[in-house]
Amino acid sequence: MAQLIWNGLFVGSFYALVALGYSMVYGIMKLLNFAHGDIYMLGAFTGFAILGAVGGVSPGMALPVLLGVLVVTMGVTGLSGVVLERVAYRPLRSAPRLSLLITAVGASFALEYGMRAAAGADPRVYPLRLGGTTVELLGARITLQQVALIIVAIALMAGLNVLVTRTREGRAMRAIALDPRTAALMGINVNAVISRTFFLGSALAGAAGVMAGAYYGKVDFLMGFLIGLKAFTSAVIGGIGNITGTMLGGLLLGLLESFGTYWLGGEWRDVFAFGVLILFLTVRPTGLLGERVTERV
Amino acid sequence: MTAPAPAPAPARPRRGTALGRATSRLFDSRWAGLAGLAIAVLAPFVIATPYALSVMTSAAIFVMLASGLNIVVGFCGLLDLGYVAFFAVGAYTSGVLSTRLGLPLVATVPAVIAVTVVAGIVIGAPTLRLRSDYLAIVTLGFGEIIRITANNLDVTGGPSGIYGIPGLTGSPVVFYYLVVVVVSVAVIGASRLGRSRLGRAWRFVREDEDAAEAMGVHTYRVKLAAYIAGAVWGGLAGVLFAAQLSAISPGSFTFLQSALVLMAVVLGGMGSTPGVVIGAIVISLLPEVLRDLADYRFFAFGVLLILVMLVRPQGLWPHRSREAGS
Repeated sequence: MAQLIWNGLFVGSFYALVALGYSMVYGIMKLLNFAHGDIYMLGAFTGFAILGAVGGVSPGMALPVLLGVLVVTMGVTGLSGVVLERVAYRPLRSAPRLSLLITAVGASFALEYGMRAAAGADPRVYPLRLGGTTVELLGARITLQQVALIIVAIALMAGLNVLVTRTREGRAMRAIALDPRTAALMGINVNAVISRTFFLGSALAGAAGVMAGAYYGKVDFLMGFLIGLKAFTSAVIGGIGNITGTMLGGLLLGLLESFGTYWLGGEWRDVFAFGVLILFLTVRPTGLLGERVTERV
Repeated sequence: MTAPAPAPAPARPRRGTALGRATSRLFDSRWAGLAGLAIAVLAPFVIATPYALSVMTSAAIFVMLASGLNIVVGFCGLLDLGYVAFFAVGAYTSGVLSTRLGLPLVATVPAVIAVTVVAGIVIGAPTLRLRSDYLAIVTLGFGEIIRITANNLDVTGGPSGIYGIPGLTGSPVVFYYLVVVVVSVAVIGASRLGRSRLGRAWRFVREDEDAAEAMGVHTYRVKLAAYIAGAVWGGLAGVLFAAQLSAISPGSFTFLQSALVLMAVVLGGMGSTPGVVIGAIVISLLPEVLRDLADYRFFAFGVLLILVMLVRPQGLWPHRSREAGS
C-alpha cells in the first residue's frame, strides 16, 4: 500500500513537471503544444550527449554531476522551446486555431524523427544510472536517489510558483493570459513574455527528461509521446492553466496509475490513464481546481 | 462530382494572372474527378506487377481514409489525431467476425458500420462539447487505447494479430478494381455530403461555432454527425485493408498512421475533395519513390506540415467555396 503510494507520487512528480509546461503555454496563449513531450525527449538526449562527453563518473559523484547536467540541459531545452515558438507558432498567432494545432503536430513529428535520424531508432542506455541504497519507510522501499529527484522536482515547481505569483514577470504572464491586447496596451512586451514562458516550460520538461533518463536508464526517440499525453491528462485533471492544480493533477494521475496497475495489471496502465482523462472531461472538464482560477498562466 | 448549374450568383472574385485563372478553371472543372478515375482504371494496363498492384491498392485505401478524415478535419474543422483508431476498429471487427464465425468478409460490413458508429459516439459524445483542442488530444489518447487494447486482448490475437482473413476476390487485379470502385463511391459520397445541408452546417461550425449556434445550427449534433461519418469511412477502409493484407496486427495502427492521413488532408487542402485525393496519393506513393531517404522521411513530413501551414495553409489544391464572398 505505502509502496504503491510512493511509486505513484514519484512518477506523478515527473508528470507534474512536464504538465506545468503544457499548462503554462495553454494558459497564456490557449495553445496545446503537442511538441512539449518531445522537448522532454530532447532533454533526455541532451543529458545523454553531455554525460557521454564528460566520460565516466564515479558513483559517489553521480548526483552532483547530474545536477550540473540538469542545469545545462534546462538551458538547452529552454532555448529550443523558444526557437520552436518563434519558428512554428508565432507567425500563426492570428491564424485559425486548427492551423496552430497542425503545426504543433508537425513540430512534434519533426523533433521525434529528427532525433531518430540523429541518434538512431534503438533505445540508448544512459551512461549514468541512479540505482542505490534503499530505505524502508512505513513499509515502502525508497531509494535515496528517488528522494533526491523528488526534492529537485519540488524545488523547481516551488520556484516556478513563486515566479508566477510574486514577480513582475509573473504578473505580466497572468495579464497576457487574461487579455493579450490589453496587456500589450499596458506596455507589456507580449512576444518577449511568451518567449520566456516557452523557455520556462521547456526547461522544466528538459529537467524531467534528464531525471527520467537517469532513473530509468534508457532513452529513445518516442519516449516523449506517451508522457506528453500523460502530462496533458494531468493538466486536465488539475485544471489546465492553473499551476497548483496542474501539480496536484500530476501527483493524482501518478497515484491513480500506480493503483490501476496494481488492480488491472501493467499492460492496461495507459488505457486506464486515458480512461481517467475521458471520464474527467465528461464529468468535470474544468478539472479539480479549474473554477477557482482567476489567474491563469 | 457533378456541379449544379451555376446560378446567377454574384461573380466570384477572380484574382491573379491569366495563368492563375486558367488553373483555377481547371481545378473547378467537373472533369478533374473523371480524369482521376480514368487514371486509376488505366494504371494496371501500364504496369501490373504484383508489387505495383499492391502499392496502388494501398494508395486507394489511403485515399478513402483521407476522404473520411477530410469530413472531420476539412469540413467540420475538428482535429482528429487518432483517426487510425476507426481504421483499426473496422479492420479488427471484420477480421474477428470472419475468422471466428467463418463469415465472408462482405457479411461483416453491417457489423463494422454498427461498431464504428458506436465507437464514434463513445469518443465523440463526451469530447465534442469541449474546446476543439481537447478533442485533438483525446482522440490521440483514444487511438492509443484501441491499439493497446488490441495488443492485450486474446480475441484480437494479441501482439501477433489476426491472420487468415478471407479475401474479397481471388485475383489482385479484380481486387484492385473493386477497391477503386468502393473508394470512388466513398470519395464522391463524402464530397456530396460536404455540399448537402449538413455540409453547409459543418462549414459554418468550422468558420464560427458561436455564430452557427446563434443561427440555430445544433452544433453539437452536427459535429457528432461529422465525427460518426468519419468513423464509418475509416471503418470501411479498415475492411478493405484487412481484405488486402489478410492479416492485421496492432503495429499497423500507430499514431504514425494517423499523422500520415492528417498530413495527406492538410497537404492536399482541407475541405477540398480533389486536393485530399491528390494529397493522399502523394503521401502514400512518396515513400516508394524516396526509399533511400527512409530515415529522414518522417522528419521531412513534420517539417513539411509546418511549412504548408506557414506558406500555403489552404493546401495544394484549395477548396473553392460556391458561396459568394469567401
